[in-house]
Amino acid sequence: MKKLISVVMTTVLGVTLLAGCSPKQEQPQQPVEQPPKKITVGILQPMDHTSLNQIRDTVIAEIEAMGLGDQIEIDYKNANGDPSTMVSIASQFIGNNVGLIVPIGTNAAQTVAAATKDIPIVFAAVSYPVDAGLVTDLKKTDGNITGVTNAIAIDEIFNLAKTLTPDASKFGFVYNTGEVNAVSSIDRAKEYCDAHGLEYVDAVITNTGELQQTAQSLAGKVHAIFTPNDNMVASAMPVLAGEGIKAKLPVYVGADSMVKDGGFASVGIDYTILGKQVAQMVERILIDGEKISDNPVEVVAEYAKLINKTTADAIGVPVPEELLKEFIILE
Amino acid sequence: MSLVAATGALELGFAYALLAFGIYISFRILNIPDLTVDGSFVLGAAVSAVLTGSGHPVPGIAVAALAGCAAGCVTAIQQTKFGIPPILAGILTMTGLYSINLLVMSGKANVPMLGKTNVFSLLEKAADIRYSKLVILFFVVLLVFLFYNYFFKTQLGLSIRATGDNEAMVRASSIDTDMAKIIGFGLSNATVAVSGALVAQMQQSADINMGAGMIVIGLASLIIGDAILKNKTVFRGLLSVIIGSVVYRFLIALILTTSLPPSFLKLISALVVAVAISLPNLRVKTGFSRLRIREGE
Repeated sequence: MKKLISVVMTTVLGVTLLAGCSPKQEQPQQPVEQPPKKITVGILQPMDHTSLNQIRDTVIAEIEAMGLGDQIEIDYKNANGDPSTMVSIASQFIGNNVGLIVPIGTNAAQTVAAATKDIPIVFAAVSYPVDAGLVTDLKKTDGNITGVTNAIAIDEIFNLAKTLTPDASKFGFVYNTGEVNAVSSIDRAKEYCDAHGLEYVDAVITNTGELQQTAQSLAGKVHAIFTPNDNMVASAMPVLAGEGIKAKLPVYVGADSMVKDGGFASVGIDYTILGKQVAQMVERILIDGEKISDNPVEVVAEYAKLINKTTADAIGVPVPEELLKEFIILE
Repeated sequence: MSLVAATGALELGFAYALLAFGIYISFRILNIPDLTVDGSFVLGAAVSAVLTGSGHPVPGIAVAALAGCAAGCVTAIQQTKFGIPPILAGILTMTGLYSINLLVMSGKANVPMLGKTNVFSLLEKAADIRYSKLVILFFVVLLVFLFYNYFFKTQLGLSIRATGDNEAMVRASSIDTDMAKIIGFGLSNATVAVSGALVAQMQQSADINMGAGMIVIGLASLIIGDAILKNKTVFRGLLSVIIGSVVYRFLIALILTTSLPPSFLKLISALVVAVAISLPNLRVKTGFSRLRIREGE
């Protein structure tokens, strides 16, 4: 009897597997009846995160706003933070013959790039595509991959720091060692500091719980804090902002959302602009039939310039008149 | 489900079956939960990525196995020689491995090897095979399966199994249980590292965060396999692990084909695994009800 039940259960499980297969195989036959055949764009998002969600929402909304809703169908999948699921999603996209894939973030882009050499890929928010091995040169996209990078404007952030806090000559770099974008940004910040005679100390975290102590360790040791577009720091930004205010340290950040969460100032990435650029690139390649090689990797067209006035008052840094016009001032 | 998605699920199933083998050894045979795997998986991936990057994909996998073995031994030595509780020992090694893994990857959180020669492209070049991933992964899994099926019937293998069953009895028979644990953990984590090494070459990149939740994936495979095939012997146990891992991947691939909101993926995976786990319980219950009927007769 037990054996029988086990056989039945196994069969049920097996049949459910097969049952899952069959409707999908039939499905492509049904839409054939509708005359205009839509091209599918697969969006692969590794996990839920404010910036990543913002990119996804903008790409979807922008494709709709460009009037491509009747030509493009969006197949959005989220790996919910599991890297192995990203591989499953990639092979599903390929199996369903999607017309184009939009991976968000470095890992997603690498996963998709490893999975297909034929389907065009337009990545969103890969800070350093050359380091990530996706393209050999930003201007030379000879494979099936291009996209929009979110490399932060290191020079502009440090210029801003020089304008706002001219006395700051020693920076504390707060970042997560496990985040490739953050580490690459920090490497570039270090190059900048070395070239401009600025000192720096590393203050690294490996999870958000460490942020408070790490930030406290910088008090009295540095004149200012810099944190790049680091997802982990971003998700606990109020903690870093609070410690910055306590120690009267200006916190320069790499993303607009981090200023909104109490960071001092940024010339950062506006992910809405990035998302729009991605959508336009998708249109050019998928609808207008442009070649990938004619679409080099783009940088974000416009940076978000923000200063948090509340934080400025709290740490006693005056904001010069001329910056008030150029920057968005958050109260 | 498309053919590509099915092949992909099968490939992932085999690749993660190695991970599940490792967890099978620590969790089922030695009867000790080992959290080292979240770290040793990445260690294997990191070693394999770095060596593949410098043009040595095959040695990359062998060195990954050695590195994983070392990590497992460290955990086992903490438990046996220093008296650190097993769970904590695993956590300590896993935590320390984060830094070691970064060190292996020369401080980079992500090592790409797109376009570099890996074991799969080597076979493709050598023998024009379309499903090179499937072929290699299948044979590696088969090889490891046959090895463990043999090994756990040898004197040493039996003493490891006995250590998991009844440590006091084994110790009384003057078998060194500490050594049995160290060898068991070493083998377990070597297998996990090979899994990481192959996954990294398959995805053509290694990432410091790719080990998150590996223990959960491995346990899910183990338990699904257990529900499908009762694993009283090592042969059936190892076989059920492969089946469990493949079925788990097919379930994920199936869930992905549905039009449910993507944010529900985790909840549905959890439910599916819960159903799979409850199957053996259902069996027991039906067994009981049969008994009662007999008593009533």
